[in-house]
Amino acid sequence: MGGTLTEKILGRASNRDVSPGDIIEVSIDLAAFHDLTGYHVVEVMEKLGKVRVWDLDRFVVAFDHLAPPPTQRAAEIQVGLRKFVKSTGVKFFHDVGEGILHQILLERYALPGQVIIAADSHTTTVGAVGAFAQGMGASDVAAALILGKTWMMVPEPFMVRLVGKPSLGVMGKDLALYLLGEFGAEGFNGKSLEFLVEEPSAFPMDYRATVSNMGIEMGADAAMFIPDSETVNYLRMSRDIEVKPIAPDPGARYVDEFTVDLGKLEPMVAAPHSVDNVKPIDELEGVEVDYVFIGSCTNGRISDMEVAARILKGRRVRSRCIVIPASYDQYMKSLDAGYIEVLSRAGCVVTYGTCGPCLGGHFGIAGPGEVVVSTGSRNFRGRMGHPDAKIYLSSAAVAAASALEGRLADPRRYIG
Amino acid sequence: MRIEGPALKVGDKVDTDVIIPAKYLVHTDPAILAQHVMEPLDPEFPKKASRGVILIAGKAFGMGSSREQAAIALKAAGVRAVVAESFARIFYRNAINNGLPALALPGISSQVNEGDHVVIDVETGELIINGSRRLKAKPITGVALEILRSGGLMNYLKSRV
Repeated sequence: MGGTLTEKILGRASNRDVSPGDIIEVSIDLAAFHDLTGYHVVEVMEKLGKVRVWDLDRFVVAFDHLAPPPTQRAAEIQVGLRKFVKSTGVKFFHDVGEGILHQILLERYALPGQVIIAADSHTTTVGAVGAFAQGMGASDVAAALILGKTWMMVPEPFMVRLVGKPSLGVMGKDLALYLLGEFGAEGFNGKSLEFLVEEPSAFPMDYRATVSNMGIEMGADAAMFIPDSETVNYLRMSRDIEVKPIAPDPGARYVDEFTVDLGKLEPMVAAPHSVDNVKPIDELEGVEVDYVFIGSCTNGRISDMEVAARILKGRRVRSRCIVIPASYDQYMKSLDAGYIEVLSRAGCVVTYGTCGPCLGGHFGIAGPGEVVVSTGSRNFRGRMGHPDAKIYLSSAAVAAASALEGRLADPRRYIG
Repeated sequence: MRIEGPALKVGDKVDTDVIIPAKYLVHTDPAILAQHVMEPLDPEFPKKASRGVILIAGKAFGMGSSREQAAIALKAAGVRAVVAESFARIFYRNAINNGLPALALPGISSQVNEGDHVVIDVETGELIINGSRRLKAKPITGVALEILRSGGLMNYLKSRV
């Protein structure tokens, strides 16, 4: 046993010593699904004749992908799931408008050291608080909900050390894109990422959530930030609870290590049509942009709204711009801080608590040949609508600057 | 477990948004999903796969979303097995859970041509191309093999829940 965070968490959850490559059975601390996958999970449970949840204190449901429902079929799915919630006695149900599942898990439920399974690939997001969190398909989640456990292969822990602090205009997304550029999409296949932040306050929870979220795009089984004072403060402020950080053992053995000087990062962009087609913003400035989307479980948080408002204050966007804070909570914080007014006066269309355009769902589908800047996590062909749309992924800062200029733009012109 | 068929090829990094676009995720009916598999990449794919094929793919096959419909759609369209340079973790599980054998073999893309006849032994990982050339993929073992042998996760679980 190498003493890494991965092995400590999976060892506890499987009640044995574990090593990378071992196939183990783990008890699940927290499980979840949303509307678009949940109905499929329930269908599988119905086929098995076992529509029940092993522990209702460990199960969360949130409506986000189809929120509010854009079609009759979507509405039908939600009506069916509400019936399931009622008949099963689900305790933690978050209906339309409360927020995107991963943001809700981050705000209210996920804890350091937990094993968290959900029917969505971006479950890695709550690795930001030091949970071993990963997504699975509907059948796997149905089995997990009935049994309270699942099988997995222990991944190889990989250490990423973050030193220094990001310069003005550089955000969590830029680290995620930088890593994708360096290691490639699926570069961490079979591995779990463990991030050690040397100066905890230099990389706040919002940035950590973005990086953990993109862990799945890097192919990682999990993407965890080793809990520190930032983790403790976040959970104290958001949930009024005190947690003790868990840490890897001194001398813990990682398959490899990589150090990033946060101060050397620049704003980055993933160009069409691959999440690892990453370039620094100055190589892409000037590309005309039709549509900007700021939101998603990747970047729909208060710090994203704050930077967008800072850039757009007193100005008007040139590109169509849709802004969606990821939860009611993030929306209300943004409203109280005045960001929603600033963004609305700048000409942005604002709503909250939905995945919407990120996956070409609704609230802004991309048309043929449109150039889109998205703060989401994926830019595959057809991701946001028409297969001929061209999607650039970026931070909220780059997105806001680009909406302002009507073309890809360096946010540092507008910050500091 | 022996599976065979003509090879149908796709490239690297074929993600789940391509395998089955998000707009179809309100469906779980295999017959509907089969009609739209690989639509953004090749709208003719369902027709090409319908005779029963072995899908040969590049790196990171099935990367992206956890949507189980990606595996369901491929199988329903006629894909009998997938041999790829590498698989994304969630897709791999979804394939096994739906009784669709998925075997990893780095370098496979340059070893097999479209239309080659491929025979696969799932338990040993052995491939025979056009009756003579032999290749070795990582065999499917352990709980993944038990699930496949049962015909998918549902059958595997029926005796256990």
